[in-house]
Amino acid sequence: MTMKRRTFVKSSMSAGAMAVAAGAGLLAPRAVLATYPKDTFTDQEVDEVLKNAEPVDKDRITVKAPKIAENGAVVPITILSDLPDVEQIHVYVRENGIPKVAQFNLGAGAKAHVSCRVKMGKTSDVIGLVKSGDKLYYASKEVRVTIGGCGG
Amino acid sequence: MAKSSIKIRAKEGKKGVVTFKALISHPMETGLRKNKNTGKNIPAHFIEEVTVESEGAQVMTAYWSGGVSKNPYVSFKYLGKRGDEVKLSWVDNMGKGDEAFAKVR
Repeated sequence: MTMKRRTFVKSSMSAGAMAVAAGAGLLAPRAVLATYPKDTFTDQEVDEVLKNAEPVDKDRITVKAPKIAENGAVVPITILSDLPDVEQIHVYVRENGIPKVAQFNLGAGAKAHVSCRVKMGKTSDVIGLVKSGDKLYYASKEVRVTIGGCGG
Repeated sequence: MAKSSIKIRAKEGKKGVVTFKALISHPMETGLRKNKNTGKNIPAHFIEEVTVESEGAQVMTAYWSGGVSKNPYVSFKYLGKRGDEVKLSWVDNMGKGDEAFAKVR
């Protein structure tokens, strides 16, 4: 009996920890919009995030970025989407130490069209993740970074 | 007064759609770069939150990591009109911040 109780406590604890981890990583930014979503700006793998998202065609979410970036410190990026009710646009650079670069929460009247400039350590996919309604969609584009190189 | 860290251009293009552009001067240090002379890491110093309001209503909030380039540029589109007053404010991880106002042209 005692053993069973031990195992039960253990397993419930680990399940609890899992739930907390999932909550911190994925649910927090949606639930708490007013504060800086620090938990999402970690070295979390992009694929973990994209598990819950659906890939879509280029014409639904467009990631505009140069094919070849000569200076990885300044890569201009534009993300636009024609999906309805876009609430958030996230920008990820897969190979960066902290892949999540930016998150844009769109208020009333804002169009799904944002631009910014990001840093890229090396050649990588740039991923635009869009939250439309309650679902997540994404599209990506590869950007080649040629630091001091000859077109790599 | 010190020169503002923010430059804003907001323009009504196609009818009813305003293109908002802003440049912020900020070092945007990730905290991972090393000082070549001392070998110590340069402490992280980047903008965490950027808020844009139009006529008092929030139209966009951006959360950034150190992965956004130095002297960041941000641009987006929203439904608005000429003459509206827009405001941009930012706060960085050291608690510093700034704000600026502009009229949509």
